[in-house]
Amino acid sequence: MMMLWNRRLQFRHGVHPPDHKELTAEVPIRRLPYPDEVVLPLRQHTGKPARVTVKPGDHVERGDVVAEPDGWVSVPIHASATGTVESVDPWPHPDGSWSPAVRIAVERYSAQAARARLVPEWQTLSPAELIAAIRDAGVVGLGGAAFPTHVKLSPPKEQPIDTVLINGCECEPYLTTDHRTMVEYPERVQLGLRIMMRALGVKRAVIGVEKNKPDAIAAIRATVPADVDVTVEALTVKYPQGAEKMLITSLLGREVPSGKLPMHVGVVVQNVASAATIAEVFDTGLPLVERIVTVTGRGVRRPSNLIVPVGTKIRDLVAACGGFTEDAREVIFGGPMMGLAQANLDTPVLKGTSGVVVLGEAEIKPRRSYPCIRCGHCLAACPVFLNPQLLGQLAMKGRYQDMEAHHLADCMLCGCCGYTCPSNIPLPQLFALAKSAARRVKAPA
Amino acid sequence: MGPVSIGAVLTAVAIVGGVGVCFAAMIALTHRKFYVWEDPRIDEVTGLLPGANCGACGQAGCRAFAESLVGAAAKPALCTVSSPEVLEDIAAYLGVAVGEANRRVARLLCAGGCDAAPPIADYRGLLTCKAAAAVNGGGKSCAWGCLGLADCQVACTFDAIRMNPVGLPVVIPDKCTACGDCVVACPKDLFTIMPIEQRLIVQCKSALEGDEAERRCRVACTACGKCVMDAAPGLIEIRDGLAVIDYAKNDLARPGATARCPTGAIVWVEGSQFAESPKLAEALA
Repeated sequence: MMMLWNRRLQFRHGVHPPDHKELTAEVPIRRLPYPDEVVLPLRQHTGKPARVTVKPGDHVERGDVVAEPDGWVSVPIHASATGTVESVDPWPHPDGSWSPAVRIAVERYSAQAARARLVPEWQTLSPAELIAAIRDAGVVGLGGAAFPTHVKLSPPKEQPIDTVLINGCECEPYLTTDHRTMVEYPERVQLGLRIMMRALGVKRAVIGVEKNKPDAIAAIRATVPADVDVTVEALTVKYPQGAEKMLITSLLGREVPSGKLPMHVGVVVQNVASAATIAEVFDTGLPLVERIVTVTGRGVRRPSNLIVPVGTKIRDLVAACGGFTEDAREVIFGGPMMGLAQANLDTPVLKGTSGVVVLGEAEIKPRRSYPCIRCGHCLAACPVFLNPQLLGQLAMKGRYQDMEAHHLADCMLCGCCGYTCPSNIPLPQLFALAKSAARRVKAPA
Repeated sequence: MGPVSIGAVLTAVAIVGGVGVCFAAMIALTHRKFYVWEDPRIDEVTGLLPGANCGACGQAGCRAFAESLVGAAAKPALCTVSSPEVLEDIAAYLGVAVGEANRRVARLLCAGGCDAAPPIADYRGLLTCKAAAAVNGGGKSCAWGCLGLADCQVACTFDAIRMNPVGLPVVIPDKCTACGDCVVACPKDLFTIMPIEQRLIVQCKSALEGDEAERRCRVACTACGKCVMDAAPGLIEIRDGLAVIDYAKNDLARPGATARCPTGAIVWVEGSQFAESPKLAEALA
């Protein structure tokens, strides 16, 4: 039975939202002219925020360190453009708060050339040196969570890793960042994968891509190196196929136990864009200062895939895509299922921002929420087998401790339950609140 | 099943009854052995207290407060919910003085209603402050400001909070017992419990300074420092984009400190907030 599952390469449950990827799937990546100002928040990755090392008035070149890591689960932040540091003050952050950010006035007519630097041959470096180089380049997971890559590449000794998975699913509707990366830079993905395999001392890797990207699958298959064990698998199209734990189930048939990490089943999962970035670090020596962002949705005139410096504001991105349409109503960082709605157009793109989706009035029509009819659609949708109906009722009563007992911690806020609910109950929002309430209770203790 | 003899029934009754008697004896013995004497006055005093278990006295609840009253560790006046007559009764019953409590109320450190700090985005979703705050901060122009969705009003057990027309919660000092429920309820941490004689209040929490702050809210503290100069030396200082009052020197506070405030962020509050503040009214006009 298990083998049958594996052959279909999918996980159980999940939903099938319309993907709307046709807007940008065929649009080649283009490079954006440098904006007048870039803003680099010090909190761009999971873990401790970086510590600022520059002061207003300092001149920085593209690729210079402006903030250094604070602790192990932290990475440095690099100037994404040549210019002058204007201030280190609170600035709108995609999470809605104002948090300290380095504002750089970009130098006009600058060549934006990086400083000449020594790029060692990656084959000659030891795993420890590779990991240190990846950390110094400020590389984080580019899929959205922005977890520092070097931490994932340094599992504890008692957790042997046997497989590296490269996540090319991009199951979020609208986004085509990873898709275009695989189509246009397949060699980079392969090189980044090889570097990671060397850093981890792993012999086997699997690249998982959803079936709706045949051109990406072909490009990646065509560049698979002959000397290492790398397989490319076409996966069933289903949301959230690209969630770490779902992907492991689909590709390897292993289940990550509740409360555990992929490394506990011997797997490290990395996003294709992260792999491509690592390749770039060892190719050009330039740290993570730019990323590929999909700017799409019915709310922008010219949906595009762009290479932009980290810290570019939404305003500049949308301007580069022809501006807003008349009925543009909502701006989201990330995809519509898990992304964060934005209120301020001065908010900058972070390292982990994979897309900016602008929805039109028709797409966000508010719908009335009705009482739960216990139809069970949410149970059939939840990919981690929770009971969203029960959790939702508990959340409305504010019984957060009982929610913990019903495994709220396993909820990854994928949004499947809310998507499928015929009563339009905002379940993911309730769960997000319950999670933050639980964090509040835990914090003082 | 065959017929049941009366003897079997009697045996069963005897066994169960015997077991019951044994356990009853054990319970009686245990009760004697582990009996803890408790001052009967604690129950009496608990009966007199309001039973709101609000925690304003600093104890876990009314009974815990009654225990400390009987133990003479607290004065009746610490209960801010009871009326003066009830406090007199308790004091008379225990044969102690009512005592002095410094009266405290909840104050909102934000004056930016929807007229002064209009929303920059249209929030659609669950209509509670907590839910709105989790969606990019709630879409208000000032990221620190009051969202006006009345989580505090819902949390208030004493009906002491009313939303005013611009969406700011007004605390009615006579009803407020300083229990602190609103402090916990506010996702922006705007409420603070302070003694009622602290009349000089900076009604702003924005970390921004100068025009940046004022552009987002007309009644924001711009950290200009005029109040620092107008007040007694050392009473007010500018810290992180805000005027901060040192309440240890509260005796030196005078209404004059608010005179030159360009936005009306610093106010002299007699009674409830947002009620009679000409300076604020002028800033909003």
